[in-house]
Amino acid sequence: MRWLALLRPGDWLTMLISAALVGLSIPIFWQGGMADRAIVRQEGRVFAEIDLKARKQIEVPGPLGTTLIAVEPGRARVVSDPGPRQYCVKQGWLIRPGEIAICAPNRVSLQITGRTRVYDSISY
Amino acid sequence: MTRSVTELRVTAEDRRVAWLATAAVGLSLVDAAIPSPLPGVKPGLANIVTLVVLLRYGWGTAVWVSVLRVLAGSLLLGYFLAPGFFLSLTGTTLSLLTLGLARHLPGRWFGPVSLSIFAAFAHIGGQLLLARLWLIPHDGVFLLTPVFAGAALVFGTINGLIAAKLLADSPATDPSR
Repeated sequence: MRWLALLRPGDWLTMLISAALVGLSIPIFWQGGMADRAIVRQEGRVFAEIDLKARKQIEVPGPLGTTLIAVEPGRARVVSDPGPRQYCVKQGWLIRPGEIAICAPNRVSLQITGRTRVYDSISY
Repeated sequence: MTRSVTELRVTAEDRRVAWLATAAVGLSLVDAAIPSPLPGVKPGLANIVTLVVLLRYGWGTAVWVSVLRVLAGSLLLGYFLAPGFFLSLTGTTLSLLTLGLARHLPGRWFGPVSLSIFAAFAHIGGQLLLARLWLIPHDGVFLLTPVFAGAALVFGTINGLIAAKLLADSPATDPSR
């Protein structure tokens, strides 16, 4: 190709790195900022609001037993849950604002929020 | 003809800058005529001229051509001293500074395409920063960063290829004739 001959080796490198940066920018800019806090709900009521700065474990009592939630700097997860299907445990670490793990049988949910609210759509 | 009180000496360099700036302004107009899905996403065709000028006549001439292009382009399109003018000026300033640094990269490895991509990123970066600091003082501005960055990469590459083609096709002649 005539046009390809115009590209020098470094140009390929520049294009590759730029494309990688653009790809990386998508999760950074499209997830409502940094994860700030974890909100734990039980029966729909806020059970605890935890700052995602320190390492911490909390136990949430529910109708089936105790749901264990672990918080680390910037992330949180459900460690164990008495529910039969373990969906919320298998979800693993929640990192981005808006992510939520719901342990329905035990009526416990764990949600990550950022400083800015996450919107479902962009509006001017 | 009445003799002017002030004598302006027009050098060959001035003529060259004027010609090149004219080409750049023309491309700015073409740019403005192309419909864009999102304000801020533009091909930036005039940057082809900036690149060719930079690589052929040096950074100083590129600055002249770019600044004249922003001034004359904004006058023709009617946004002189409007927010868009300052966005344009900031973007151009930052991409010129970036080009000033990037042109010292080894030319055997990094051609016009690299320079064009760097300039495009600097351009949109400057505009986003100004928009954040002045026009829309809220972090929501950065929500569209991936779109802008993607457009900068695509158009930067295309413009760089066109500039490389122009430089390869035309021998170094004087465009002022």
